[in-house]
Amino acid sequence: MTAAIELAGVNKQFGTLQALADIDLTIQQGEFFGLLGPNGAGKTTLISILAGLARADSGVAKILGHNVRTQYRLARRLLGVVPQELVFDPFFTVREALRIQSGYFGLRQNDDWIEEVMYNLDLTPKADSNMRALSGGMKRRVLVAQALVHKPPVIVLDEPTAGVDVALRRGLWAFIKRLNADGHTVVLTTHYLEEAETLCGRIAMLKAGRVIALDSAANLVRTLHSLQLKVRIEGVLPAQLRIEGVASLGDCHVIPLRDYDELEPTLSVLRTCGCRIVELDLQQPDLEDVFIHLMNRDH
Amino acid sequence: MMTGFPTLLYKEVLRFWKVALQTVAAPVLTSLLYVLIFANLLDRRLEVYPGVPYAMFLIPGLAMMSALQNAFANSSSSLIQSKMTGNVVFVLLAPLSHLEFLGAYVLAAILRGIVVGAGVLLVAVPFWAPTVREPVWLVAFCVVGTGTFGAFGLIAALVVDKIDQMAAFQNFVIMPLTFLSGVFFSIHSLSEFWQKASHLNPVFYMIDGFRYGFFGVSDVAPQISISIALACFATIFSIAYVLVARGHKLRA
Repeated sequence: MTAAIELAGVNKQFGTLQALADIDLTIQQGEFFGLLGPNGAGKTTLISILAGLARADSGVAKILGHNVRTQYRLARRLLGVVPQELVFDPFFTVREALRIQSGYFGLRQNDDWIEEVMYNLDLTPKADSNMRALSGGMKRRVLVAQALVHKPPVIVLDEPTAGVDVALRRGLWAFIKRLNADGHTVVLTTHYLEEAETLCGRIAMLKAGRVIALDSAANLVRTLHSLQLKVRIEGVLPAQLRIEGVASLGDCHVIPLRDYDELEPTLSVLRTCGCRIVELDLQQPDLEDVFIHLMNRDH
Repeated sequence: MMTGFPTLLYKEVLRFWKVALQTVAAPVLTSLLYVLIFANLLDRRLEVYPGVPYAMFLIPGLAMMSALQNAFANSSSSLIQSKMTGNVVFVLLAPLSHLEFLGAYVLAAILRGIVVGAGVLLVAVPFWAPTVREPVWLVAFCVVGTGTFGAFGLIAALVVDKIDQMAAFQNFVIMPLTFLSGVFFSIHSLSEFWQKASHLNPVFYMIDGFRYGFFGVSDVAPQISISIALACFATIFSIAYVLVARGHKLRA
């Protein structure tokens, strides 16, 4: 099956800044894929190259097998992009903006789908409002709607929930999950890592223009080999447990463990030293821990 | 293949039509003021061509000048505003060919130019009795001229980075080119040096040819003028096409 998105040896430089370095990435059709990284990691540049908003210095980018440079019209027809910037055309109402966007893709009799998209994004009550009169969250909804008006098989959402209230987030993700279940490929960039962990089947982490990790959220978390034992004890923390990485505040201590095998020996030390455990909690790492670990590591 | 060209054209026309007070009525009013002042002042004192009073001479030139200036203003202001606000991204994400992109902006500019030009001719009716001797020439010069300025406006919007740079472009290039093109006078009333200088201004041929459409009289033969206007259009349109195809200051 043709990949939804295929990037091979993609490089992009802005002046002296290497925005993307030898990116090889394949996203299969139907995936819900997360693209994570700190600001300046290259996520938006990568999306811009896919969308034709930027041109790779070298390498090939394809949408459903169509080269974004040489077959740009076909490639763009298959792609819906929600840009990160909150942009809008102040001359038009919501419905006009969506009809115009649909028309750009050659779809001039598309009102049924436009109404459905507006309904699902809770835009119907604002359909005849001028774009200028909308709140930031509403404008963000319109951006999402504009990306979906031509029913693209590949949807790219560049931080779609930035500055958006909880109700919209829930509504948006319910709608996007439905589209994904219907076979649309979804690529998401977000700084809300719990969103990515919940929604994405696979995640790529970018740092300084390179893919430094690529796997499912669960597998990425497993790579961290780290647990945190939080204990509140009566008495002084034994010297054997005052290892690197231990954080203490009063009688509360956070002790890092590599895995579950280290749990029993640690508790045994506390028992042997006569420390009575008042409170105990074992915390597993989440995607945020993995993200911070990977971003702080030298590659 | 389904194309987005009609929609982009529609959107560009809608954009200026929604603010017609500013984009159509205002330039028509400005031209009317010129007519009121100059035609009233000079009508009985000047006869540029035999049997053609000054108001009759002035009004077509003024209409064409307004058409050209507004064609430029339409494409340039639309694209620079879209670039500044970032909403140009909606067009850039669409599967439009370079020619469709360019064609829609230029055609919308032509339409605004024609609407403004027609408006000037219409409001000036109390001052003259328009007779069109050569309608084909009139339409040809109007379309080629506004098309050239529409494409020129697009080039300006692609090249500049800020609104004030665009204002400079308008004030230092477009205004002198259009004002010094024989709108207010026949170049035969100028000294030899300035007559030659006027011949270097392509806008002179556009206005002179447009005026020929009304009177069947002009400073230069319309065949020569249309050839120069067409060459100018082809050159400007080609430059605009290359810039659009390269995504100059549109795509990183």
